[in-house]
Amino acid sequence: MQNEHLEEARRQLEICNACRYCESYCSVFPAVHAARAFSDGDLNQLANLCHNCRGCYYACQYTAPHEFKINVPKALAEVRQDSWEQFAFPQSLARLFQRNGLLLAVATIVSFALLIGTLKWVGAAGGEGFYAALSHNAMVALFLPVFTFPAISLMISVRRYWIHTGGGSVNLKDMYGAFRSVLEMKNLAGGHGDGCNFEDQDRFSHARQYAHQLVMYGFLLCFAATSAGTLLHYVMDIPAPYPLLSIPKVLGIPGGIALTLGACWMARLKMQADWDLGDRSAWGGEIAFILLLGFVALSGLVLYALGSTAAMPALLALHLGSVLTFFVLTPFSKMAHGFYRFSALVRDFKRKNTAD
Amino acid sequence: MKKSNSIPYDVVIIGGGNAGLCAAITAAESGTKVLILETAPKEYRGGNSRHTRNFRCMHKAPLSVLVNSYHEDEYFDDLMKVTDGKTDEGLAQLAIASSEECLSWMISKGVRFQPSLSGTLSLARTNAFFMGGGKSLVNAFYRTAAKLGVDVLYEANVTHLQLDNDRITGIDYNYMGQAHRINPKAVVVAAGGFQADTEWLARAWGPAAKNFLIRGTPYNRGVVLADLLDQGIESVGDPTQCHAVAIDGRAPKFDGGIVTRLDCVPFSIVVNKNAERFYDEGEDVWPKRYAIWGRLVAAQPDQVGFAIIDSKSIDLFMPSVFPPIKADTLAELADKMGIPQEKLNQTVKDFNAACDDSADFHPTELDGVKTSDLVPQKSNWARPINKAPFYGYSLRPGVTFTYLGLKVDENAQCRTSRGPVHNLWAAGETMAGSILGQGYLAGFGMTIGTVFGRIAGREAAKYAK
Repeated sequence: MQNEHLEEARRQLEICNACRYCESYCSVFPAVHAARAFSDGDLNQLANLCHNCRGCYYACQYTAPHEFKINVPKALAEVRQDSWEQFAFPQSLARLFQRNGLLLAVATIVSFALLIGTLKWVGAAGGEGFYAALSHNAMVALFLPVFTFPAISLMISVRRYWIHTGGGSVNLKDMYGAFRSVLEMKNLAGGHGDGCNFEDQDRFSHARQYAHQLVMYGFLLCFAATSAGTLLHYVMDIPAPYPLLSIPKVLGIPGGIALTLGACWMARLKMQADWDLGDRSAWGGEIAFILLLGFVALSGLVLYALGSTAAMPALLALHLGSVLTFFVLTPFSKMAHGFYRFSALVRDFKRKNTAD
Repeated sequence: MKKSNSIPYDVVIIGGGNAGLCAAITAAESGTKVLILETAPKEYRGGNSRHTRNFRCMHKAPLSVLVNSYHEDEYFDDLMKVTDGKTDEGLAQLAIASSEECLSWMISKGVRFQPSLSGTLSLARTNAFFMGGGKSLVNAFYRTAAKLGVDVLYEANVTHLQLDNDRITGIDYNYMGQAHRINPKAVVVAAGGFQADTEWLARAWGPAAKNFLIRGTPYNRGVVLADLLDQGIESVGDPTQCHAVAIDGRAPKFDGGIVTRLDCVPFSIVVNKNAERFYDEGEDVWPKRYAIWGRLVAAQPDQVGFAIIDSKSIDLFMPSVFPPIKADTLAELADKMGIPQEKLNQTVKDFNAACDDSADFHPTELDGVKTSDLVPQKSNWARPINKAPFYGYSLRPGVTFTYLGLKVDENAQCRTSRGPVHNLWAAGETMAGSILGQGYLAGFGMTIGTVFGRIAGREAAKYAK
């Protein structure tokens, strides 16, 4: 399958290279036009650079029923999906979870059960707030490996990607370019700034760009809130629970709201979008991931709201269970895309900055 | 026949390409009820506009993506050069002078522009490129037209316009297996040329035309054009001529578009099926010569040519859509292309022997690196073809458009010998022969379509109200 996907992407991009009409839509086409032939490494790089905005598809004079049957968003989505399985460590886990929404749901339920079991058997050691249900040390014992393992796995994956695409040395200028590109999500702005063609055929809209940024910034705020809590606990020696006007809460509540709304919006857009312009086989895994992300955020907010009620231990199990699944599966779910895409952007800035 | 007047349309536009859409939008903005009858299915809507990429635009100062300036007189001179004076000067001046304000009009209707594409820097000053190309322009115009309440019927084939004295009194068309007649107040014809009707092309040009490829839409069959000419609507343009360039011989019969062009000729020798050279491949830079090669190849046996280069030149031109035929020896290349081995060897040998010193070879300018005592001469970029692997491309004439069209005045109005037809206007390729009597100027077809589309829409709406 992987070779077929690479061959198909190569066939299509060679046609693109003779046309060039889409040059200004995104970062992919200038990179295509700078090459004359495409190695597997080039194709994986281009595939990870493609944000599936679909502008090129609706602009293309060669889409089916034309005999050239150009569908670059789909061809690159298939290569991209394969690449995430190829570069993952261990590969078998990515093969299991990337495309399979059902398995992801099963993993989540297993995590719930695990947490509920832990709560029952390990229990509290007389702490306050959430620690009344699960002691701080038990939480750390559970989440430290859950956090460390994906971090190591992702480092290996990104390194594999970087070597495969001929990355070489990294410099700050390229990193800076890539960061800016992510913060503005430029590749979903359509080149002209009218947005992309995701959910309503050839109509340009900012919906996907905004929904993605809501998710991304929401997630980053939540992550910052957790990090702030860790610092408060270990460095400042101020353990949870934290009041409303504290850094973890000020970051976490808006973050949770943004992440919940963003995930719902993304899921909705994904339902409206044309299946045939992406990798069909990955749809289930992707939608399950978005829903999991939304559930992490929503359960966190509900837990905060009902933290002092009798429902707290059950809610805590649900929330921590979803967080657990989310972290463990980060290298093997759609979440990994952020790391590959960022690498691809750095790689592309390196190409541009070297060419100048 | 079914009478289809459940909605009384003021203006009916025949053809949903750039010119038709500009007419439809303009007429609808004036408050008239507009219907577009488009013969193609939705996926192929837009005629040849879907294959276009830019719009030639006059400007006195940097404008949108256009750099520097491109004044009216320079634009007009460029037109005179390519047409050799075969133009209606008044209409040409009108198109050129109106092009500047068209650009912002197009942006306001959703069209987006991009800087000139890599490999087309020579057009950065004169031609504004559509972001995504002509199909994205067509998409934007259809969206805008829909918002203005314009109705569109796809796969609606117009068969006849009923001309009674000086007025069109009805339009017959087939739609979803049924014949219909509609009686709008005003009609705009924007239905292109006839190049996709191979039979007609063969009658006009000669039987060789059956071997021509059609670069654009298969839906420009000239049905409406023929119908109107039969009824005495005045024509313009040479009925026997078409604009043809040499394209990759492996291109599809229709709709191959931009990607089938071949830019390797200046660095090659081009032979016919007997492995003989027939024209100076290095006469001038390619943008100034590509248009004559369609005609040159059309004059060769079986209307086919073969461009042959060696590995020194393979990276000097824009990649084409099909990979070249590749071989380690000329004999093997000749075999793969189906031309006589020995003759090709001899032709290349003679050519190589005639090449002067090629130390001054320069791919992007007229370098004067030529052959001596060779007929035909190659007057630039003449380097021996001797470094394996060797590459070959087959060439065929690819028809862009036909010149025969409807004669119009400065209001885009059609006429018979008795005078103007009061409710009939024409825009785009179907009347472009008025301005482009011969040759072609890149991006000027879209300029004519936009300017006269808007004029036709304005006049039709004025009449219908």
